[in-house]
Amino acid sequence: MSLLGCHQFIIDIPGRGNVQPLDIHVECGQLWGILGPNGAGKTTLLHSLAGLIPPRGGSISVAGVALSAWRRRTLAQQLGMLFQQPSSVMEMTVFESALAGRYPWLSRWQRESAADHQHVENALSAVGLEQRSQQRVAALSGGERQRLEIATLMVQDPALWLLDEPTNHLDMHQQQRVMRLLHQRAQHGKGIMMALHDINLATRWCSHLILLFDDGSLEAGPRQALLDTEKLSRLYHQPLRCVDVDDQPFFIPIVPTDQTSESSASSPF
Amino acid sequence: MAMLRGGSLLLLLTMLLIAALLMALSLGSVVISPLALLRLLGEHSPSLDATLVTQLRLPRALNAIAVGGLLGLSGAVMQVLLRNPLADPYVLGVSGGASLAALSAMLMGIGGSLLLPLSAFGGALLSMVLVFALATTARGFPTTRLLLTGVVMASGWGALIVLLLALAPSQQLPGMLFWLMGDLSYAGAPWLGLTVLAMSLLLLSPWGRTLNVLARGPLQAAALGVAVRPVSWGLYVLASLMTAVAVASAGTIGFVGLITPHLLRLMVGNDQRLLLPASAVAGAILLLLADTLGRSLLAPQQLPAGVVTVLLGVPVFIVLLRRSVH
Repeated sequence: MSLLGCHQFIIDIPGRGNVQPLDIHVECGQLWGILGPNGAGKTTLLHSLAGLIPPRGGSISVAGVALSAWRRRTLAQQLGMLFQQPSSVMEMTVFESALAGRYPWLSRWQRESAADHQHVENALSAVGLEQRSQQRVAALSGGERQRLEIATLMVQDPALWLLDEPTNHLDMHQQQRVMRLLHQRAQHGKGIMMALHDINLATRWCSHLILLFDDGSLEAGPRQALLDTEKLSRLYHQPLRCVDVDDQPFFIPIVPTDQTSESSASSPF
Repeated sequence: MAMLRGGSLLLLLTMLLIAALLMALSLGSVVISPLALLRLLGEHSPSLDATLVTQLRLPRALNAIAVGGLLGLSGAVMQVLLRNPLADPYVLGVSGGASLAALSAMLMGIGGSLLLPLSAFGGALLSMVLVFALATTARGFPTTRLLLTGVVMASGWGALIVLLLALAPSQQLPGMLFWLMGDLSYAGAPWLGLTVLAMSLLLLSPWGRTLNVLARGPLQAAALGVAVRPVSWGLYVLASLMTAVAVASAGTIGFVGLITPHLLRLMVGNDQRLLLPASAVAGAILLLLADTLGRSLLAPQQLPAGVVTVLLGVPVFIVLLRRSVH
């Protein structure tokens, strides 16, 4: 049984007429990357999959059960989401904020147990925030706040992780650290789906890709089939070339030097 | 560790509340020492002092506790619900509706001890339903629309209130002004307010963690497993009812609902499981102290409690706010 199944699923992007339906199955251990230009609908897709905004058509099943049949609390045990904007409450401590991840696992009258606290401590040290656990969220930098959000998702420990640009605000080292962490989670049987801006992070870490074009068409499947220079150039309206480093493909933008000099020469400014 | 801190804070606040209650019973135009209060308890034939304490001061003090507690609690709920630090129990126009109804009742000469709070309560409910109906949308919880609709409605009520004041015969004005400034001398029996306060605290106690998650934002709360729409509307109705009961018994008492949750947040952080009960107790203390001061500072002249709360609250709040900036 797949973690997530989309059947003729059409996301609702206002003002875009024909959006191609999506049919995918996300299994344990897979890392899906969503690539596409600004405004193509990456965030809308993630929010729709999480049941936060209604789709235009089609259906989703989570662990074999229709999304609409889930209660929010039990759904949050199956499916967690990292948002583009950090959502921690400023006046709370880092520890308290990450503890919110236990919410779906606790009944209304239950207190957090020592095991819940252990979850939080493990997650904070996994993202390198263990020293800051008693500080207020307001004292964290942008990158640290992003890592706190990831730690909160670890504490929530859902079967399927939806992440909207998990490497936002992170330096290169932290980017690699977070991707490695997500990779480990996948190896432990989680499903990961994330919107990314960096093609090379996606090619390095993802097993599957969804390409969202800004005309509403899309392509989805295993990474190898989609890592095509022409296709990716069309995706971003940006000429790319592919170079191999240690048998690993890297896509770099081609800067049209003649064109820039031409346009600057003819520019009236 | 945090739990111990929370428990000891609530204990401290409760002790302060008892001290404030003793003060309220002994201070006034006639000063009765706490020892004398004890002696009054043992008396067989009630003296004048005993009547003063049990018939006048005690009900009034209990009213202050009920109203202050209701305002503190509903202010704390509103600030989380609307995710706005400027939100207070009156931000959605509940007090305006109540005041307009109460003043109209006074003008029509039906301002009896029972009918006045009843009409105020009716006005508050009417305003709440109106804002609810005008702001509601098909999906989600319309935080910003609710806030804007409430603020606009409050302005509308305010204009109508001024109009009433302008048209009212001058001998009616002092009573009307006292109502608008918030005053406990009109309050009837305190039991309704105390019951509503106790019930609300009981109802809210299992929802502290949910409110903590809700404070992260509606989408974020939904992704963590909160059924945002029903929970938010439930909280909105409860907070509005608490405010309506408070306004109906004491008029518009400003500042308690705004400032109490902020004061506590500066001292103990933002865990709603602690903040909600603490706001109720601290609101009660603040209003009880303000009313006692208002009765005794210029006795036998009485100052409206609503004015004293603000005069007390402003300096305390500013000092704490400045100290909290590290």
